Amino acid sequence: MVDFVWLIPFLPLMGAIINGIIGSRIGRKAVGLTGCLTVSVSFLSSIPILLKLLSFPPEQRSIEVTIFNWITSGKFQIDVSFLIDPLSCLMVLVVTGVGLLIHIYSIGYMHTDKAYWRYFSFLNLFIFFMLMLVLAANYLVMFLGWEGVGLCSYLLIGFWYEKKSASDAGKKAFVVNRVGDFGFLLGLFLLFWSASAQGIYSLRFKEIFENAHLLNPTALTAITLLLFAGAVGKSAQFPLHVWLPDAMEGPTPVSALIHAATMVTAGIYMVARNNVLFALAPFTGELVAIVGMFTALFAASIALAQNDIKRVLAYSTISQLGYMFAAVGIGAYAAGIFHLMTHAFFKGLLFLGAGSVMHAMSGEQDMRNMGGLYRRLKVTSLTFIVGAVAIAGIPPLSGFWSKDEILFEAFNGGHYLLWAVGLLTASLTAFYMFRQVFLVFAGKCRADEHARQHIHESPKVMTNPLIVLAALAIIGGVVGIPFFEGGSPLHHYLEPVFGKNVAHPLAALTANPQSAAHGSLEWLLMGISTAAGLLGILLAALMYFEPFKSRGPSFINPEVLSVKFKALYALLSNKYYIDEIYDALIVNPIKRFCRLCFSFDLAVIDGLVNGAGWMTRFAAWLSHKFDIYLVDGIFNSMATMVDFSSGFWRRLQTGYLQNYALIFVVGLLLVIGGLLAIH
Amino acid sequence: MLTLNHFLTLSFILFSIGVAGVLLRRNILIVLMSLELVFNAVNISFAAFAYYLQSLTGLVVVIFSITIAAAEVAVGLAILVVVYRRRKTVYVDDLNEMRG
Repeated sequence: MVDFVWLIPFLPLMGAIINGIIGSRIGRKAVGLTGCLTVSVSFLSSIPILLKLLSFPPEQRSIEVTIFNWITSGKFQIDVSFLIDPLSCLMVLVVTGVGLLIHIYSIGYMHTDKAYWRYFSFLNLFIFFMLMLVLAANYLVMFLGWEGVGLCSYLLIGFWYEKKSASDAGKKAFVVNRVGDFGFLLGLFLLFWSASAQGIYSLRFKEIFENAHLLNPTALTAITLLLFAGAVGKSAQFPLHVWLPDAMEGPTPVSALIHAATMVTAGIYMVARNNVLFALAPFTGELVAIVGMFTALFAASIALAQNDIKRVLAYSTISQLGYMFAAVGIGAYAAGIFHLMTHAFFKGLLFLGAGSVMHAMSGEQDMRNMGGLYRRLKVTSLTFIVGAVAIAGIPPLSGFWSKDEILFEAFNGGHYLLWAVGLLTASLTAFYMFRQVFLVFAGKCRADEHARQHIHESPKVMTNPLIVLAALAIIGGVVGIPFFEGGSPLHHYLEPVFGKNVAHPLAALTANPQSAAHGSLEWLLMGISTAAGLLGILLAALMYFEPFKSRGPSFINPEVLSVKFKALYALLSNKYYIDEIYDALIVNPIKRFCRLCFSFDLAVIDGLVNGAGWMTRFAAWLSHKFDIYLVDGIFNSMATMVDFSSGFWRRLQTGYLQNYALIFVVGLLLVIGGLLAIH
Repeated sequence: MLTLNHFLTLSFILFSIGVAGVLLRRNILIVLMSLELVFNAVNISFAAFAYYLQSLTGLVVVIFSITIAAAEVAVGLAILVVVYRRRKTVYVDDLNEMRG
């Protein structure tokens, strides 16, 4: 059974190849069908693998399947091999499941696009690389997937490459990711170097993790820091977050799949996969948590002042990814992965909902030109509100359970500052999400007449994935509810990967009544985080929901506030000027340096080449003159001498026949005369 | 009584007219005709000498000379025709390409 695991990534690759090669000739229906069918078979075939895995006892739930030998060099050997364990299985299910829904949605969303086949080919290729990434059993295969998803991200962001902003965004994403990937690669080099110093000639996860304690602690800190640099790039954490908002130039399902649900979570997956290494490098863990929580707050604050429907969601994604990093940074890996999963559901839902709104609004993205869409887009708005409630952390939706668990782990681990910042971020999240809900769906429609008449609900092929995702966003939290005996099912399930140290106190409560204090603390914290979410929603309603806005106090009117705190508002709506700072500090100096190199090239290198050219021309000129004046001169002067000396004699040759005859006769007479004179 | 001197005088007169024609006339046709006069002047003197010396050699030379003159005229007229076709002229003054 598990020997056929290679089918899971292989099928989307086949789909990508088929659509890429003959997609333009087989018609739209066949293209969409190929794309969806391959992913759905992958999804369906990963379920029996999960069941098979669960049939083993927990300590044996880690199976390595080698497909073929890739690199052999002396003692060092790399196989293309897949690791099936609870973590990778969960990731495969999320990637193929959410991926399948987004593939189906894309059939409707992209139905008028002229490069339909190219789109599906890239999308399938992305699924392939993402599955390689999560299934990899060694670092090199993981890196292959890691780079591959980056490539697909670039291809799909710049999918509408005729648009300059889209192709620029693609390049930006690629270059910024490159910075992180460089760190990842250096981390791998360092890992291999320090592992081989201990006689471990392998990059297999199993071998490395089993021998992790042998590695030099300093080297381990450096390795984890470099790996984290890769995660920062891929998962758009501060300071490498700048590419993700721009990535919204791509088609909306791509934003949902790659830039919300799956690819950007690869960083969290990678850190979680390397939990053994990070556990041995506490400094890195702390840094991960701090960077994550800072990014969470930072991005959430930017999201407050954005007016583009997709950009709000993009900053929200960055913020939620920061949450996950905070979780894995403090060692709460299961909580991070849990949030990753629920986030895939509700953020995928929100993005697809935003896509449905844009579909209805003829491509409009500015929320200031929307409003009142609830009346026309019932399914879209209801599912979108479900997503918003889920992300805002209102029980009993999935987002509440995962977010609350992270906050609890932070508090319980003594990271009170992280907890406080997380709580503030949760409140901000609820606020900006409901600001969006009210701006888009409530109130009067602010669109122009033409767009207003065009507003229509999306076709079933688009709304059905929304409904499925909304259902998942509601019930997806069940697996993480901590009230079951021995902790939440998800914790239990992930224990073979992360170990027991993350058992939830509420579970301990059921097992051991003495920790009742912890239990009541949990209830308290749950209440606080729910209150924070509700507070955010209430504030958003007072500021943006018409019936409340008119009755609410005037000092929180958004127009008044944006004038009053002009500088702050400008700071937020300009994203803290990070792009401008990068332009000034990095991009422009590099450009200037390039221009310098260019002028060096122009002056010195070209100068040398041109100088050689001029020298040759000068030598040729000299040789030419020598030829003309000296060589030709000799010959010409000889000819001139002959010409000159023959000047007199040639006059005899008049060319007149009778002249010759006359001379002839005169000569004859002279000869006769001479003869007569002699006689 | 016709003496040798009469023939030689005739021959001399014809020869001089021929040479004058060759030297003075511009039309090649006339030049060729004058050349015939020169030939025939010589032929007369050959024939006269043959008669007075009672030798057949002179007559044989005359026959040769007439034959060669016929061939020469044929070649000369052929050249003349070609020259006329190419140059549209038969005046020797216009044919001075050999000038140095």
